[in-house]
Amino acid sequence: MVLLRDARLSGAIAAARAARVASRLLRAGGGSTVPGVVARRVDPYVLQALSERLPRGAVAVTGTNGKTTTARMAGAILRAAGVRTVSNFTGANLVTGVTAALVADSDLAGRPAAEMGLFEVDEASVPRVASETRLRLLAVLNLFRDQLDRYGELTHTAKVIASAFGHLPPGAAVLLNADDPLVASLGRSAARPLYYGVDEPALDTGRLQHVADSKDCPLCGAPLSYSAVYMGHVGVYRCGRCGFGRPEPAYRARRVRLQGARGTTFVLSGPAGEREVRLQLPGLYNVYNALAAAAVAGEAGAGMEHVVRGLEGFGGAFGRVERVRAGDREVFLLLIKNPVGFNEILRTFIAGGDARHVLIVINDKDADGRDVSWLWDVDLEMLAAARDRGLLSEMQPIMAGGLRAEDMAVRLKYAGLPVGEVVPGCDQALRRALNTTPPGETLYVLPTYTAMLEIRRALSEMGYTHPFWEDR
Amino acid sequence: MKLTIHHLYADMMNLYGDRGNVLSIKKRCEWRGIPVEVVDVGVGEPIRPTGCDVFLFGGGQDREQALLAGDLAGKKGAELRAIVEDGGVVLGVCGGYQLMGHSYETPEGEKLPGIGVFDLHTEPRRPGEERLIGNVLVRVELGGESRELVGFENHGGRTYLGDVEPLGTVLYGHGNNGRDGTEGARRLNAYGTYLHGSLLPKNPWFTDHLILSALRRVDDSFELEPLDDTLERRAFEAMASRLRGRGGS
Repeated sequence: MVLLRDARLSGAIAAARAARVASRLLRAGGGSTVPGVVARRVDPYVLQALSERLPRGAVAVTGTNGKTTTARMAGAILRAAGVRTVSNFTGANLVTGVTAALVADSDLAGRPAAEMGLFEVDEASVPRVASETRLRLLAVLNLFRDQLDRYGELTHTAKVIASAFGHLPPGAAVLLNADDPLVASLGRSAARPLYYGVDEPALDTGRLQHVADSKDCPLCGAPLSYSAVYMGHVGVYRCGRCGFGRPEPAYRARRVRLQGARGTTFVLSGPAGEREVRLQLPGLYNVYNALAAAAVAGEAGAGMEHVVRGLEGFGGAFGRVERVRAGDREVFLLLIKNPVGFNEILRTFIAGGDARHVLIVINDKDADGRDVSWLWDVDLEMLAAARDRGLLSEMQPIMAGGLRAEDMAVRLKYAGLPVGEVVPGCDQALRRALNTTPPGETLYVLPTYTAMLEIRRALSEMGYTHPFWEDR
Repeated sequence: MKLTIHHLYADMMNLYGDRGNVLSIKKRCEWRGIPVEVVDVGVGEPIRPTGCDVFLFGGGQDREQALLAGDLAGKKGAELRAIVEDGGVVLGVCGGYQLMGHSYETPEGEKLPGIGVFDLHTEPRRPGEERLIGNVLVRVELGGESRELVGFENHGGRTYLGDVEPLGTVLYGHGNNGRDGTEGARRLNAYGTYLHGSLLPKNPWFTDHLILSALRRVDDSFELEPLDDTLERRAFEAMASRLRGRGGS
């Protein structure tokens, strides 16, 4: 029986390899999911079998925003600590993508090269992945409105994630963002909850943004009162009726200083001590990602030294924040997925004050969310107000591109911002924007997910970067 | 003459970019020099009409919808009914539209009472039925003219009209229930629809219709200056031609 089991596993790995080669030869993309589908067809237990052979088990990272960045940051820390990890490709975050990653990392005898799995997992796929892998930790970053047309409602998403807790092995931790009330409330269903959060009164925006999704107590429905609101519904809160409140974080960030589009510093404290961290990435949302990554790696045994080295050396996950040299110009790619992330990027523009050339590229394919009404929840009025105060005097009229270029242009108009060229399509919009950016200057491109893929491809065709499956 | 936008339950019913509808009315007044004020009306807060008003009632999650159904069942529902009967301008979108009918039944089987200004009711989707999601193109006959609206719908509930006129007929998309080809409802100056996206920015003629209806309650000879709607028309046309071209998406 054991032999038969192994033969089947080897067959699955061999078939997956063939599928990966074929899909690359056919230029069908990165081959990041198909091998997983093929392997599971040959051996439905392939993921279970391989994940049991990871000596340090696996970690899954889920949530609306920051999955890829957090998993990549944790990988950088663990690499600094000498731990070999295996991760799934960007965007391939269903059970097939996780399978494909582990299969690609294993030899024909079914032995993974990595010691630990570090997977980003789509919210809806968490129960499935948890039931097939031996998770030592499940991290839930945040729950924002994102692609509601696919997943239904936020409270439902929270329930789906909680339903995975039963699959966790004894002793496994659930890492939760203390500052997101809905996420923090999941701690009540977890055997070993662990929290992280930000303590920085200076970042209080003083108001719940238009995009705040869960302003009511997730337990009793009464309105929450906030002593600080950092972004969206994320902050320091308490329910006056039932007493539910922000749990005490084990990992926290203090003295957070946002320094424009190019970096952030903060003081990280955790069970292993306290250190200052200089992130190369902009925005408070990346401080949250770094905190979660520090907690993931810290719980896996990485020391403070490695945490700091890993985080400070981290230059950004594919397409999330990326700088590409385009001849004598620079392209700064900043992925936008939903209003909260978009707002944070606008905040970095205002803090930096030096952005001149901006192109926003909106697509409405499945992976972007087909409904673009979220653009109206983005606080572009904040950018217009900053401009009126003379803070962004250098900024040229903002260009719009993508399948929904016209919707974006209307949004800009109603925010009171000057509208630049409106160019439907991604490729064409990028070329026009590069043409209007003088040599020596930076073009900021804010694309949605599939627009980012198209922009990346267009840059690659111009000879400015590499296709993403070569870039791990 | 000042126009007041009453944004009902602004803090709870803002799921699908309803803020775009508020901004659209506000900006199109400001650009014409018409003074305009936005008032958020929350749970437990009274409605204070000024005589020249637009009431906006947006969409929310089921949880929020249940929380405010109680508030509507009291004095506020009666006030809104009186406003509609008096010819007041009201726009309900998605969840707000559903609560303007007699009742809305949640997928869990809880029946929430509406304010009943439209003779319609909303049933939950049955097991095996999909949510009705996608871009929509609707034909609307208004003031003797035939016009079109584009928007995006996303609803599990199926709305069935009784003795009430639909807002329009579905050219592409699902509409009220995916079966009878109707979309939304209208009565006097009250409109309900499943279209968000946001609805008003890309359909400026409808925005102007709401604004003019509100202003004419005070001055029946009021006319609106035309605005440069090049960008809005481009956005409407981009989606409308995409839908006409491939039979809906």
